[in-house]
Amino acid sequence: MVVALLVITAVSGGVLGLVYGMTKDAIAEVDQKKNEAAIKAVLPLENVTYVADTLKYNYEGVDMTFPCNLAYDANGNFQGAAVKTNEGGFGGKIDMMVGFAADGTIKGTSVLSHSETPGLGANMTGKFKDQFVDKNPANYKLTVTKDGGDVDAITAATITSRAFSKAVDKAYKAFEANKAQFMNNAPVEIVTPDADVAPAEENNETMEGGQDNE
Amino acid sequence: MSNNLQTFTKGLVKENPILVLLLGCCPTLATTTSAINGMSMGLATTFVLVLSNIFISLLKGFIPDKVRIPCFIVVIASFVTLVQLLMQAYVPDIYETLGLFIPLIVVNCIVLGRAEAFASKNPVFPSLLDGLGMGLGFTLALTLLGCIREFLGSGSIFGLTILPETANILVFILPPGAFICLGFVIAIVNKFKKESH
Amino acid sequence: MKYLIIILSTILVNNVIFSQFLGICPFLGTSKKTSTAVGMSAAVIFVLTLATLVTWLTNRYILIPLNLTFLQTIAFILIIAALVQMVEIILKKISPALYTALGVFLPLITTNCAVLGVSLTVVSKEFNYGGVAHMLSLGESIVYAVGIALGFSMALIIFAGIREHIDLMEPPKGMKGTPIALITAGILALAFMGFTGIV
Repeated sequence: MVVALLVITAVSGGVLGLVYGMTKDAIAEVDQKKNEAAIKAVLPLENVTYVADTLKYNYEGVDMTFPCNLAYDANGNFQGAAVKTNEGGFGGKIDMMVGFAADGTIKGTSVLSHSETPGLGANMTGKFKDQFVDKNPANYKLTVTKDGGDVDAITAATITSRAFSKAVDKAYKAFEANKAQFMNNAPVEIVTPDADVAPAEENNETMEGGQDNE
Repeated sequence: MSNNLQTFTKGLVKENPILVLLLGCCPTLATTTSAINGMSMGLATTFVLVLSNIFISLLKGFIPDKVRIPCFIVVIASFVTLVQLLMQAYVPDIYETLGLFIPLIVVNCIVLGRAEAFASKNPVFPSLLDGLGMGLGFTLALTLLGCIREFLGSGSIFGLTILPETANILVFILPPGAFICLGFVIAIVNKFKKESH
Repeated sequence: MKYLIIILSTILVNNVIFSQFLGICPFLGTSKKTSTAVGMSAAVIFVLTLATLVTWLTNRYILIPLNLTFLQTIAFILIIAALVQMVEIILKKISPALYTALGVFLPLITTNCAVLGVSLTVVSKEFNYGGVAHMLSLGESIVYAVGIALGFSMALIIFAGIREHIDLMEPPKGMKGTPIALITAGILALAFMGFTGIV
């Protein structure tokens, strides 16, 4: 009696293990593609390579880490960063990415996942998120107008708007705090699409030259 | 042959799982915020329903009566996990929209109900037809409800905007609207049922 | 304080029936009389809390270390089914009176979306109770489960009371039974929407 149940369970487990093995890579790829698409959306730059890194920052007393992608152009100059951030919204965690230019100007925002109310908070993926583009938080207060800031909240979705602004604020502060180390230290090995072509040698020399000049 | 045809068609209208038998209410209310969401949920459930009906019918001689419910649950849960993995890999957007309700297909009264009432007592081909009929009936009802809610709440059908944004009645894509719409749809179905008697 | 927020938000703001759509079948099925509603509620509170405890532990100490999280659905539903069976047997032995009161509802709880739904939610969704978004700890998960069950009970008992009154009046023929119940539930859900934003 129990044997029948065990046999069926064992067979199911085995088959599922197989399917899992087959789909594991596709599932990982989905996440990766989403990330890449988000990076391109928030940091629309040409001819840059991205280096993954992590920002550490203590925001309002809590130590936080922000995965980010730093953009360097062909000469090893820092162009900006796409920072992953999050904040608790109305229905749960809002995961998003914010793109900053080297001077701190926001180049774009993109929501990766959320559980906000459809028709209300969910509208943050529309016009609301576009208002942050080309604003520099140095002179643009990242709080909703109700709280004395510059962000236009979504009508009847103040909680979501606040959470979104706070997430951007977190990313900005972490970015600014860590910016200095990215500006001067281009990573030693930049993998460019044309790495196999001759100019790679020249690139290295330029970089090393740059670092010596510090 | 006509028996098999009847097995298939009864799930579509006469014994439609939601509108007549009133089974499977949770996913009905939760995933019909738009027509495409409702349809996707219905198709995922149909997939599980057909496969579990087939396998339970195949295994009906092997499964002892006393542990039949746990065995059914394992078979159903396996196919649900299968659907989960496949959707996560190949249709990630729909997977995220349907969210929690994909694994909840396991406890969808329709699936376990059909396994118990039909598949465990009938040969494979009729069980397949029964699953298919019930699943498609479910899908039809979900799509219908999704169309209604999407039209009233977002002014669109299957993503094509028809009404301007100012005509949107937001409550219909929120929880209260789900209850109210389903209530009215079942009331209309009841009226037709009574008139045909 | 954090636990108070969890309880308040699960009962009122994210009510399992009016906001999350879990547990609708028993909600419509056992709300015809207030006495059955109370019986079902008690059974749900008991099973939901116990199930969340066991599934959380299983996930943390067996599924995650062995990289088997894709088996969550199967493992959890089997645990819930087994748990309900066990509770039935133990209840029969320890308290026949309680068994006669609750016993008939217990098998129904296995297919209650709320139980499996809550078990899956606490191990996969990050919540921001207490400021920072995080996965719930064991204590928080149990309080969450209790809150959900209390919210279910409250919704069920209120609804049963209203339904008893409705049955005394004469709704139009097509509306009798489920349709008028659903529309009433919709109005209740609308009322509960008023709680959004308190936490």
